[in-house]
Amino acid sequence: MAGETTTATPMLTEAIREKIRAYIPRYPSKRAVTLPALHIVHEYFRCVPYQAMAEIAEILEITPAEVHDTMSFYGFFPQAPIGDVRVWVCRSISCMLRGGEDMLNHACHRLGIHPSETTADGKLTVDFAECLGICDFAPAAVADDGRMFGPLTPEKVDAMIDELKQERKD
Amino acid sequence: MAEFEPVLSRNWNVTDGHTLKVYESRGGYQAARKALTTLDPDKVVGIVKDSELRGRGGAGFPCGLKWSFLPKDRKETFMCVNGDESEPATFNNRILIEKDPHQFIEGILIACFATKANTAYVYLRVEYFHAYKVLEAAVAEARAAGHLGKNIYGSGFDLDIWLHRGAGAYICGEETGLIESLEGKRGWPRIKPPFPAIEGAFRKPTVVNNVETLCCVPHIIERGAEWFKSIGTPKSYGPKLYCVSGHVNKQVCVELPLGITCRELIDKHAGGVWKNRKAKAAVPGGISMGLLSAEELDTPLDFESLRKPGCLGLGTAAVTVMDEHTPIIDYLYNCARFFAHESCGQCTPCREGTGWLYKMLKRIKAGGGRLEDLDIMANMANNMGIMPGTTICGLADGAAWPIKNGVAKFRAELEEYIKTHQDPAYGATTLQAAIAKGAYAVPHNGLPPVINSVPTAGALRSPHSA
Repeated sequence: MAGETTTATPMLTEAIREKIRAYIPRYPSKRAVTLPALHIVHEYFRCVPYQAMAEIAEILEITPAEVHDTMSFYGFFPQAPIGDVRVWVCRSISCMLRGGEDMLNHACHRLGIHPSETTADGKLTVDFAECLGICDFAPAAVADDGRMFGPLTPEKVDAMIDELKQERKD
Repeated sequence: MAEFEPVLSRNWNVTDGHTLKVYESRGGYQAARKALTTLDPDKVVGIVKDSELRGRGGAGFPCGLKWSFLPKDRKETFMCVNGDESEPATFNNRILIEKDPHQFIEGILIACFATKANTAYVYLRVEYFHAYKVLEAAVAEARAAGHLGKNIYGSGFDLDIWLHRGAGAYICGEETGLIESLEGKRGWPRIKPPFPAIEGAFRKPTVVNNVETLCCVPHIIERGAEWFKSIGTPKSYGPKLYCVSGHVNKQVCVELPLGITCRELIDKHAGGVWKNRKAKAAVPGGISMGLLSAEELDTPLDFESLRKPGCLGLGTAAVTVMDEHTPIIDYLYNCARFFAHESCGQCTPCREGTGWLYKMLKRIKAGGGRLEDLDIMANMANNMGIMPGTTICGLADGAAWPIKNGVAKFRAELEEYIKTHQDPAYGATTLQAAIAKGAYAVPHNGLPPVINSVPTAGALRSPHSA
């Protein structure tokens, strides 16, 4: 049956469910809460597992397939947990012109990972981004706690990595 | 002309300019008070219509006209604010929200009053983490102070503003893509008509406006339509936030009257091209708009003038400068990669076209280019988008324009690149070469030959034959 939770133990705690339900009065349709709900779940688990999608669907009275359809369209939600901090290094035009792609490669090389991967200690995920909208600091990067970095040089990338591996700032 | 006085950016360098207290002390919310307590909604629409304010998000559609398309007998209206600023090199909306969120909220308030919308959704791209926090705090502050909520200023008008975060999709900056995304679906643009003014978010009449457009509104109400029209060039009135980035000494966002030339913007406001170099080309307004060559830099950056050098339009007025050492192939490759990554996949010409362009440019860049590739790319660019009528939204037009302009304006350089950057790895295989020569290959396993006639001339060309 659509929206039925498949396992006995729910993944989403009552606190998370309450947070999601608080968004419902803002919109004329429950389905509109899909993106806010995905953000809430992602913030908590650092990913959006299938079971969480099914439970979101149950709360919003839509099908798990509808939640998955939306979730998979956007580039933001990973299926497997990411690091404590995710940092995006921009590769679009203004950053590219000032060496953005070298900065991304430098960061990945130093950490021994590829773009979109997480360090073995689970602390940092490095990803590429299409224009972050901080071109006044190109080449730039932004972390998912809101910290912005730029204009980057290889030395500043090293310093950025060290800083990001400490802790979140939000 | 009187000296230009910046209005949109006037609080940017004021200490705590983002707080309600400072904003109010500098005359903030007076325009909203004036609109809500002394004017009726139609009068506000009339003033904005008279000012000929054109949308700052890219298309340049007259804002007042858009508002007047709402059905007269509507019961409910939604306001969607487009803060999904994702056009490469554009960052003015981010600064507007981070540095002066109350100006933005006041703009929303007046616009909602004019369009009789009691709910406004601010669709903000997820990458703007800091702007989201600032705006969330500012909305709470405004609500507590009675600028939002029920019966604002005793006018009987109610307004709620909700922030809605995107999740990293460029296409959600397209107004109907934004609406779909707001409704909790994938951000696939809708076929128009019906336009959002008739049937938009949740199938109700909806206005979609850009952040900067709404930030202009309080100033128009405060100073009048005539003041607004005294700034700028014909058909492009008012102040505009120009962003400059790339190969310049100072990457900035600066407020200027519409119609400043690209050269003046670079030399006077961005400190000139970096490293004492010359500009080779500049992107006039986000990469969707095409490319200006060095000779075309005296073009005024307004809604009308950019058509002459073959650009798509003003776009977001975000200029990216490339110095004389920049290979045009790098620019084209970067643009094509962006659009291939961001195409939503709904319309075949865009989904496949952006992918093909990306693959071709990747091959050319890597040393496998053929001279005929340039014509093939130009042909593809001419056949994808709203203008040739093959897609639902304008993303493909934006993907096509850098290709069209780049190939037309820098053809000699691209041909030279293809000729001088041939990698043998992209050469014809032994079998292909044998077929091209007309010899047919005889398999070793005793099966019939793979071809049984001589191929026509040019049916298969190796890159070296170009």
